[in-house]
Amino acid sequence: MNSSFVSSLFKTRGELIAFAAFAFILLFLLPLVLPVFRLNLVGKYLSFGFVAIGLVLLWGRCGVLSLGQGVFFGLGGYCMAAFLKLEASDPVTTAIQTTPGIPDFMDWNQITELPAIWKPFDSLTFTIFAIFVLPAFVAFIIGWALFQRRVGGVYFAIITQAIALIFSLGIDGNQGLTGGRNGITDLRTMLGWDIRSESAQQILYFVCVVLLFTVALGAKYIINTRLGRVLIAIRDREERVRFSGYNVAMIRAFVFAFAAMLSGLGGAMFVLQVGFMSPSIVGIVPSIELVIFTAVGGRLSVMGAILGCMVVNWGKSAFSEAYPDLWLYLMGGTFIAVVMFFPNGLAGLFEKFPYFKEKATWLLTKIRAGKVAAKQTTNSPITDEN
Amino acid sequence: MSEYSTEELQNIFIMQGFSGISLFSVLLLMGLGLALIFGQMGVINMAHGEFMAMGAYTVYLCSNLTEQYAPAFGPYYFIASIFFAFIICALMGALVEWLLVRHLYHRPLDTLLATWGLSLIMQQGYRQIFGAREVSPTLPEWLMGSYSASDNVDIPINGIFVLCLSLVVTISLILFIFRSKFGLQLRATVQNRKMSGAVGINTAKVDRLAFALGCGIAGIAGAAFTTIGSTGPDSGSRYIVDAFLVVVAGGSASLLGCVASAFGIAQAQSILEFFLEGTKGKVATLLVIVVALMIRPQGLFPSKVRGN
Repeated sequence: MNSSFVSSLFKTRGELIAFAAFAFILLFLLPLVLPVFRLNLVGKYLSFGFVAIGLVLLWGRCGVLSLGQGVFFGLGGYCMAAFLKLEASDPVTTAIQTTPGIPDFMDWNQITELPAIWKPFDSLTFTIFAIFVLPAFVAFIIGWALFQRRVGGVYFAIITQAIALIFSLGIDGNQGLTGGRNGITDLRTMLGWDIRSESAQQILYFVCVVLLFTVALGAKYIINTRLGRVLIAIRDREERVRFSGYNVAMIRAFVFAFAAMLSGLGGAMFVLQVGFMSPSIVGIVPSIELVIFTAVGGRLSVMGAILGCMVVNWGKSAFSEAYPDLWLYLMGGTFIAVVMFFPNGLAGLFEKFPYFKEKATWLLTKIRAGKVAAKQTTNSPITDEN
Repeated sequence: MSEYSTEELQNIFIMQGFSGISLFSVLLLMGLGLALIFGQMGVINMAHGEFMAMGAYTVYLCSNLTEQYAPAFGPYYFIASIFFAFIICALMGALVEWLLVRHLYHRPLDTLLATWGLSLIMQQGYRQIFGAREVSPTLPEWLMGSYSASDNVDIPINGIFVLCLSLVVTISLILFIFRSKFGLQLRATVQNRKMSGAVGINTAKVDRLAFALGCGIAGIAGAAFTTIGSTGPDSGSRYIVDAFLVVVAGGSASLLGCVASAFGIAQAQSILEFFLEGTKGKVATLLVIVVALMIRPQGLFPSKVRGN
């Protein structure tokens, strides 16, 4: 890795230091100080980070807001869960059932044969293939159909939200095939390796962090390439990019599919670490929550988005334990405040830091000189990002 | 469907059609408010469902107050409470526009997110004020019961009342938009905001009034909703996606399209729910709409005004 490659990923020294510090905290500090139970929770939060990185590319960089990322998270998660569930329901363990060898919820729903759509998930290779390809394929079809007809903005957001509703209702309604509202639970081993043991949870945490940072570096790389600049151009002046000869619909559909693929990967990591999958994590509300994580962390910044997932989820578990009634007020209020006053989220504050410092020093000198005008404040104007 | 005879099928369609009419009325009223706001400012109000719930809770409060202090007023309070629901929601809407929405006009996607934050707060507010359990107002006698059109067909009276209410609101809104001075200003602002400002229309005021009016109509939707179901903190959010689809499928800001798509969606859901178990009717309807929107995103009645 030569220095020009590093500098192509990180524009400023501060960014590189922040990245390194973040990696240090996640890879060394947290595993050292946190008990495995808490570490597993952090891993769960980080699995949302994959979706958030996708949203940074799609929403922050390309201006397409999807309120249906939970669908792709769910597709990835259900693929993983299907594999684990099939392994957990071998004929010996499920001998008590009417039809041994099929997942328990199918037996409860009077299904006597494994449905054809479940059969390929016997193979881990196919499952991993499906985790990457299925969400991307679905997203590409949806995206291509809509972007080609120049649907964007609010329309796209609403249609993706409707898709999230359809997906969660569809899973809910097909209990025999998907486990219904209870979801797919009681997942035990992956190729004989017990994923519920403490050592497995630790290993899965590290796998999750390493994958997440790989993805984050990849996203940063995309942002700094030509494609990254075209994305911003599409966000800011769509018509002009189209007139310059770019296939705007194709680029958007590609980014949407890429973001969906990352979401699917996040869903798979979620299932591995949490040990179940249910429609309650794929519907409208979780899909919007994923957008909240990204908005709070910073819609333009890859690292910010990951930070957002950790901060909001940590706040949720800490605050909602202590004040369950007040949590929703805080969450709603934070969200409104972020959207109105800090559209670039935590990362935006971090990037503004030199600016604040400059303003503060400037103000200090003024104060020392005793010339502070009444109206001057340290507030920075918010740059409008649309 | 082969196990049903032709006559049975006919009756099923009529009965489900009439139960679909209640849903149609609520969706239409929700959709009208949304379409008005969306057409005016290109903004989607995610808290629209919570305004509907606010209207429903207003009716509930009115019902309780009437029972306590003026039981003699019982048969008539419902009509008055519809007006209250409209006024309270409109005032609240104006407040929200002033505090929140007007700062975000240039960022429609952010408005969507900010109003979603607002809907979280409103829902939690209802949960703390009215409790998590669903509540229902005491409906006056004349709304109860049903009218027997034939031996097998019963038409509920509340359905007819709600249908009339929504038709009255729709017609008043159309008259208001196409015949009043404010309506003229509103249409002018939709067509060309800058030019309207230049000829002396206070576009900021028009925006606020339009937002308030949309929210007020959501309040009426809530009042209508109380006659067909009980109100809980998340009642509004259960209808919000349907209402969005009504607006989008109708063609943005087209009131006629709104009526047509609300009717289609409500009837399809209500009839399919009879033949398919559980949520499959709803899934099928939504799926058809989404696929239709992928093929024809401009909706049923696209607006003729050029964008931007």
